[in-house]
Amino acid sequence: MFDNKMICEDTLENVVERGKAVGFSFLARLPYYRGLGLSMVEDIAVMVDGEAMPRESVRFSVRGRTWTLDQMETEYGDRWNFGEKAKITVLKAGGLKPGKHKIGLAERLRISYLPFVPTTKDLKELNVAA
Amino acid sequence: MAAKEKRIKRGVSLYSFQNETFLGLMNLEDCIRTCAEMGAFGIEVIGEQSFWGWPEVGVEESAIADWHALMKKYKTTAVSHDFMLDYKRYKGRPMPFDEQVASVKRDIEFGARLGMKYIRALVSIDPAVLVAAAPYAEEKGLKILLEVHAPLHFDHPWIIRHAEAYEKSGSDALGFLPDMGMFVFKFPRVWKERFIRNGCPRHIADYIEKAYEDRVLSEYVLLNVREMGGEGPAMGMAETLRHNAAFEPKRMLDYMPRIHNIHGKFYEMTEDLEEYSIPYDEIVAVLKKGGYAGYICSEYEGNRWIEDAEEVRSVEQVRRQQEMLKRLIGEPDSKAMAA
Repeated sequence: MFDNKMICEDTLENVVERGKAVGFSFLARLPYYRGLGLSMVEDIAVMVDGEAMPRESVRFSVRGRTWTLDQMETEYGDRWNFGEKAKITVLKAGGLKPGKHKIGLAERLRISYLPFVPTTKDLKELNVAA
Repeated sequence: MAAKEKRIKRGVSLYSFQNETFLGLMNLEDCIRTCAEMGAFGIEVIGEQSFWGWPEVGVEESAIADWHALMKKYKTTAVSHDFMLDYKRYKGRPMPFDEQVASVKRDIEFGARLGMKYIRALVSIDPAVLVAAAPYAEEKGLKILLEVHAPLHFDHPWIIRHAEAYEKSGSDALGFLPDMGMFVFKFPRVWKERFIRNGCPRHIADYIEKAYEDRVLSEYVLLNVREMGGEGPAMGMAETLRHNAAFEPKRMLDYMPRIHNIHGKFYEMTEDLEEYSIPYDEIVAVLKKGGYAGYICSEYEGNRWIEDAEEVRSVEQVRRQQEMLKRLIGEPDSKAMAA
């Protein structure tokens, strides 16, 4: 459910520090009818124009706090709420060139009552402003 | 008046409006007002869907006060807080027993703060955990209800084990909440069309639909679909037969003393005010026969099957189901009562 609503439209931008693009970010939601504690988010995989980004380069931020994916696995005191827009940042020197990019997102969630560990995907073409 | 007390009551699980609340198109008050306008005065929530922060961060008193103000404003009744119990919180190791019990107690506490009659437990939870939490539920004046949900059903050994544990405990704070998705008599049309859009060949989809209506064992259907050249979406459609079946509504009768709430699961209400795949006429007849006088809470789950192709219209779908339930329950026309 909500597969096609995971990546939020019109949110792709470069992350600029001291005048240099050090990566890019976009907003994303859980494909789920409830929220989830962060320790149960097993993976947030990002693809850009068909190229997989390294897991170590991904950062997750909600309400002013930021985690690496490994840090999230032992975060028991915070959560990704139902429908909440989290910022997904990918560290990538130079960021993305202005123009359209195909952003792929795959979220793997460990859900207690399911007899499998679902991975849900979304793919959208987003624009980076010049 | 006694007869009125015995009538089945109508409610809505706000799960039904998940498409709209996810997108921020309806807030909590919009949901509750919508239910009250349909004459569905029982409100069920998944705590952590309706209250951001629950359970890891917690919920502030102001949000609880707002909830109670809404219940009063719309003359609605708080029926159930559906809790999750994430016993897979720790990667690679299950949550220890005592910690699971403590977690259920926190949800009992939260349900009590919301003024709920019941809290809903997911079907996979160990009966011993619920039995251990039952005294606290008694203390707080609410009941813990196990949601009996497909592919499980009232004749399944896991449910029988729960029932035996509840009897042995001697607690009346333990019970059941049957989900009407156990009684899918026809293959839902919205599922079939989604699998076809996903790439299942139509002739295979037709075969699976027919096999379902013929009540063919899922394992045989899976083999046949594979031999028809089915893969990906076709196997996915066949797999639904492992998780759904047309169990008998009358199997609820043996458990009536412990059934206190009902999930009115539905996938598609037609313009003729009928559920396409679930036999609500038979279901309500069984509940009446069993003397059921609790709530049936609408639980719309069609959204996920159509959202890729059309606009989800949860409110209209719930309205249609409520109209159907009003007729099946035999509620007097509210205008006639006022006259």
